[in-house]
Amino acid sequence: MHLPFYQGPLRAGFPSAADDYLDQRLDLNEHLITHPASTFFVKVKGDSMINAGIHSGDMLIVDRSIEPKSRNIVVAVINGEFTVKRLLKSKGICQLSPENPDYPLINITDAMDFEIWGIVLHVIHSF
Amino acid sequence: MSQIFALLDCNNFFVSCERVFNPSLRNKPVVVLSNNDGCVISRSNEAKALGIPMGAPYFKCREIFERERIFVYSANFVLYGDISGRVMQTASEFTSELEIYSIDEAFLIWDGTHQNCLNNAQIVRERVKRDTGMPVSIGVAPTKTLAKAANYIAKKKSIDGVFCLLDEKTIEEWLGKTPVGEIWGIGHSKADFLKRHGILTALQLRDMPDAWIKQNLTVISLKTVWELRGIPCISPQDNRDDKKAITTSRTFAKEATNIDELYEPIAAYIANASEKLRSQRSVCGYVQVYLMTNRFKKETYYANSAGIDLTPPTAYTPDLINAAHKLVKSIYKEGCGYKKAGVILSNLQSQLSSQDFLFDESYQRSKKQKLMDVVDSWNNRHNTSKMFLAAEGMAQDWYNQAHKSKRFTTRWDELLEIICD
Repeated sequence: MHLPFYQGPLRAGFPSAADDYLDQRLDLNEHLITHPASTFFVKVKGDSMINAGIHSGDMLIVDRSIEPKSRNIVVAVINGEFTVKRLLKSKGICQLSPENPDYPLINITDAMDFEIWGIVLHVIHSF
Repeated sequence: MSQIFALLDCNNFFVSCERVFNPSLRNKPVVVLSNNDGCVISRSNEAKALGIPMGAPYFKCREIFERERIFVYSANFVLYGDISGRVMQTASEFTSELEIYSIDEAFLIWDGTHQNCLNNAQIVRERVKRDTGMPVSIGVAPTKTLAKAANYIAKKKSIDGVFCLLDEKTIEEWLGKTPVGEIWGIGHSKADFLKRHGILTALQLRDMPDAWIKQNLTVISLKTVWELRGIPCISPQDNRDDKKAITTSRTFAKEATNIDELYEPIAAYIANASEKLRSQRSVCGYVQVYLMTNRFKKETYYANSAGIDLTPPTAYTPDLINAAHKLVKSIYKEGCGYKKAGVILSNLQSQLSSQDFLFDESYQRSKKQKLMDVVDSWNNRHNTSKMFLAAEGMAQDWYNQAHKSKRFTTRWDELLEIICD
């Protein structure tokens, strides 16, 4: 059972307006998720984003409601396959960049069936 | 003040849910099967084009599924319910009143002064697609029946999935092209009867005299006809004969501020909905509950929904109430004033067809059904003093679903895995 912790000292007379706001324990959901309806959790396998701090086995918090901008880390779909990469956009050229020198840069062409599925906002890594 | 109704309807909802988490299914023929892999309950456009009928039994279609390389999925109602909640939550930002009609349909109610209906509907459609991945069609009109018809036209004819039936000329033109059987509330038997009397289009039905309708159809059909004329007369409480889902919801006169104040109305909605369920000799395989606070208090606005699979499917009120109460508990947030709550029973199956559950506990063979028959006949005879029951335990997960996708949004151990190389 959780007992609320009253901050104001007890006294007679009119109560302080601040007493209406009880301190709640911090909630990570509230801190990390602004749009619950469009936020999804996914798991990563592979190390192509290792230098961005995304390790194999990590969990990502992905928001679909945000307009993708250049340099965002995104969940993308290329020809029906998911991937996580850094989006680079300039002068009408669109690229997906890995964060690991062992992997190639991907140029997005008109021939590809390409879509940005969501923007990666946070990574959760367990040690 | 006059109102405008925008009916949002998810395109091939179950298949589209599968495609959100498996984009390789896009542009491919896909079907979703009912509980226990009985028959086809959702088809992608590609599967429709191959001539797979709705309701086709799986064992009869196996060969064509293999030959045509059709992707087959078992119903994953936990996933579908979660996506449904996300779609509804997104849509609720665009209206002061959202009337959820089924797992994949809702009316957005706009006041009549709303300009640019077409443009607004397009914005809603784009936002729902972007935020949830769900493709939807929207039909906009001055009555719900016309909005349903507009949605039908949007699905069939428009390129962008939005269609408005607002001015007299457009209404007349399109009702003339809409078969009478496609009109909301006109089922197969009524459509056949009307055809025999030479009434083939929605426009012909609209222009029939009231006296003829009353004499040959029902009072409810008269409401349908008036709605086709642009006079709104269908309220959320009207029982439409729709086999997809049964919904009960109310807006509270006084905001509910603690969970006990929600348990009671939710139990009452379930009792009401399950009575309808039994009256059409059905059982339901999925129950969903939603809660909303006052839309106009923006800073504290909260809306959420949750659902649960019922296996085997049931129409037993206590089981349903028990499930619904667990759901309320899971989404209830302290410190909110709840203005509206509702329940949706879906994944409906006839009591007969669900007999492929060869288990003693299955609803239709059990004492539970007899008990419910007694309760319903009592309640039918004694309209004022209804018989109530205390709750019982819930059924377990034990039957066969060979092609089920993961519960991507509700289980930590079933998250979408992205290969990142």
